[in-house]
Amino acid sequence: MCLAVPLKLIAINGTTATGEAMGMTRQVRVDFIKNPQVGDYVMVHAGFAIERLPEGQALADLEAWEEMEAALE
Amino acid sequence: MDEIISLDYGSGGKKTARLIEKLILPRLDNPALRALGDGAILDGGEKLVFSTDSFVVNPLFFPGGDIGKLSVCGTVNDLSMCGAEPKYLSCSFIIEEGFPLSQLERIVESMAAQCQKAGVQIVTGDTKVVEKGRGDGVYINTAGIGILRHPGLGPETIRPGDRVIVSGFVGDHGTAVMLARNRMMQGEIASDCAALNGLTEAILSAAPGVRVLRDPTRGGVATTLNEFVEGTALGIELEEAEIPVRPQVQAACDMLGLDPLYCANEGKLLAVVAPEAEEAVLAAMHSHELGADAAVIGEVSSRYPGKLSLRTAFGGSRVLQKLSGAQLPRIC
Amino acid sequence: MSNAGTQKLLGAIRALGERPMTLMEVCGTHTMAIARSGLKTLLPENIRLLSGPGCPVCVTPAEVIDAVLELAMEKNVILASYGDMLRVPGSTPGDSLLRRRALGARVEIVYSPVDAVALAKENPGREVVFLGVGFETTAPGTAAAVLTAQEEGVKNFSVLSMLKTVEPALRTLIAMPGFRVEGFLCPGHVASITGEAGFCFLPEEYNLPGVIAGFGPEEILLAVYLLAKQITEGKPRLENAYRRAVRPEGNTLAQAMLKRCFVPRRDLWRGLGEIENSGLGLREELADFDAEKKFGLSAAPKARPTACRCGDVICGRIRPEDCPLFDRRCTPEDPVGPCMVSSEGACAAAYKYRGIENG
Repeated sequence: MCLAVPLKLIAINGTTATGEAMGMTRQVRVDFIKNPQVGDYVMVHAGFAIERLPEGQALADLEAWEEMEAALE
Repeated sequence: MDEIISLDYGSGGKKTARLIEKLILPRLDNPALRALGDGAILDGGEKLVFSTDSFVVNPLFFPGGDIGKLSVCGTVNDLSMCGAEPKYLSCSFIIEEGFPLSQLERIVESMAAQCQKAGVQIVTGDTKVVEKGRGDGVYINTAGIGILRHPGLGPETIRPGDRVIVSGFVGDHGTAVMLARNRMMQGEIASDCAALNGLTEAILSAAPGVRVLRDPTRGGVATTLNEFVEGTALGIELEEAEIPVRPQVQAACDMLGLDPLYCANEGKLLAVVAPEAEEAVLAAMHSHELGADAAVIGEVSSRYPGKLSLRTAFGGSRVLQKLSGAQLPRIC
Repeated sequence: MSNAGTQKLLGAIRALGERPMTLMEVCGTHTMAIARSGLKTLLPENIRLLSGPGCPVCVTPAEVIDAVLELAMEKNVILASYGDMLRVPGSTPGDSLLRRRALGARVEIVYSPVDAVALAKENPGREVVFLGVGFETTAPGTAAAVLTAQEEGVKNFSVLSMLKTVEPALRTLIAMPGFRVEGFLCPGHVASITGEAGFCFLPEEYNLPGVIAGFGPEEILLAVYLLAKQITEGKPRLENAYRRAVRPEGNTLAQAMLKRCFVPRRDLWRGLGEIENSGLGLREELADFDAEKKFGLSAAPKARPTACRCGDVICGRIRPEDCPLFDRRCTPEDPVGPCMVSSEGACAAAYKYRGIENG
């Protein structure tokens, strides 16, 4: 049970934030993110951000690729 | 366990099929009904096509349309898929006590606009009112008659090697409606609701070799394609990378836990055509405003009889089943 | 990652040799991602990938569902639930929340426990019970919702906690006689919460390789490669192949929330029986929001005898087709155990691919 989506925080109000992807927005609770900032990317599961992600999906993919390359050494 | 009508029976999948097969057909049996096409091909001088559909969508108004627009397009499309020129519609309203007149006006105006666009007329109708709490605002039924112009269409004409074409982006309507119901999520996704009779005429005039047309409404593309091959010696293989899905729709489906291949479409059609007809049909579709994004998404073969399979974007393969009941948003 | 990347990974896996190996994933979302990408159809024949008890929805036992179904019929109650729970069957074939809704129960689908609190605020005359299903990924949010209800004085809200933790189930599986899994794909988002620390017990106590995996098919394939490599090299350790979302120490804020609101307790798992310390019960001080206390429900009902062989299927001891219930009493439409309840579980998949050779 881990279905989660990466969203960008575009507004924050206390522990409630607005997360956005592809023009879609949804309410997100950020209780478990230390010092959330507008512009942060977070992984959202069941309405809660469970972890902060490196900036942008592009970077994330890059990391995955680098991990793979490193793993194949 | 006593049988009751649960939500699953209305979703267009296996349970609906069973209801038709076990409860309705045995009692109302006749050749036209038994064929279970989108419309019934009848004799009355010219060959006529007759179809009916009921509309219970909630919410009544959503981005891209409303229940009125749906009710006209839905029946026009069913007639068109049979190769008919849609002509006349009937329309029945079942209205809940207390329903605002202004909303009914909006709905009827929307229906009028669609009729104009599609070149059809609503020539008869009925209105009933039920007590407050016994309806969902309004339910609409439309029935339609068209003149058969292109006979011989049907899934039984499909052959190995035939191409499967979709007229555009998949999953817009179902996603738009789910989003409209969800207060926690917002997004600019509109239903694709549209009358397709102009497009079907263009396709059927483009070349011989069009086997069957069908609009993938409830149950989505996956359920409709399954209907073409289940119980036969043929199968359909799809290329996931070729299936057009708007990125916003994919994002919304990811958030809602849905699969675009199982979401309803109200302004799209699937066409199975002979390989030699592919080029002409695609050209005809691309020249029409409702077919601009048409794409070949798969092929008919006898490799996996009775099954719909998908070669995934990742390079693997999997079977796509018919939707069993209503698609429920997942968290797992 | 491009197709070239996928091919490179597959090549690297094949280059490790033809030693047969059995791996297991223990996350419902991994099961789904693997099925949707058709990943198994690309793996070389010597690698067997089993689906463990990774779907918390699917391992909710029939006995608990029966209690939920009864609760649903109470006139005053609104059940708030994730969509996937609606089809999980109780002990009677065909009986589920979806069916009860058709019979008049008020069941609302929510996407977040916070939605359920909002529902309670909007329906002051009714009792809203949220079905708290999930593992460590979902539990912190569920707890936060309870605290929100407490802070805002929402008295007509409670949670039926069916929350579970992954580690005790893994330990139970590993201890089963004849358990032959040689490496685990560890659930990436559970690990976001627990950290790498949450899975170190695998190599440290059981000499078993573990790789924390993300959810794209390329990330899963990468994890398979890393596991296969570890097995071939004979040096089991815990690797993190999802570093962008999993820190070594995990999410400490979420962990603190778990400690604050829950106590571990014995719990019943469909297909696996009772497992000690595998469930999360709400703490005494949150009793006002505990549906068990409010409605007199049992925390872990006694397991009823059943012919279900999911435990054996999950461990790979028998194939789905070998279970006496498969395709007779137990089908995707009328499932008995989690392997069939899950639309991509071992048995549901076997059912779907009947008649297809390379399925």
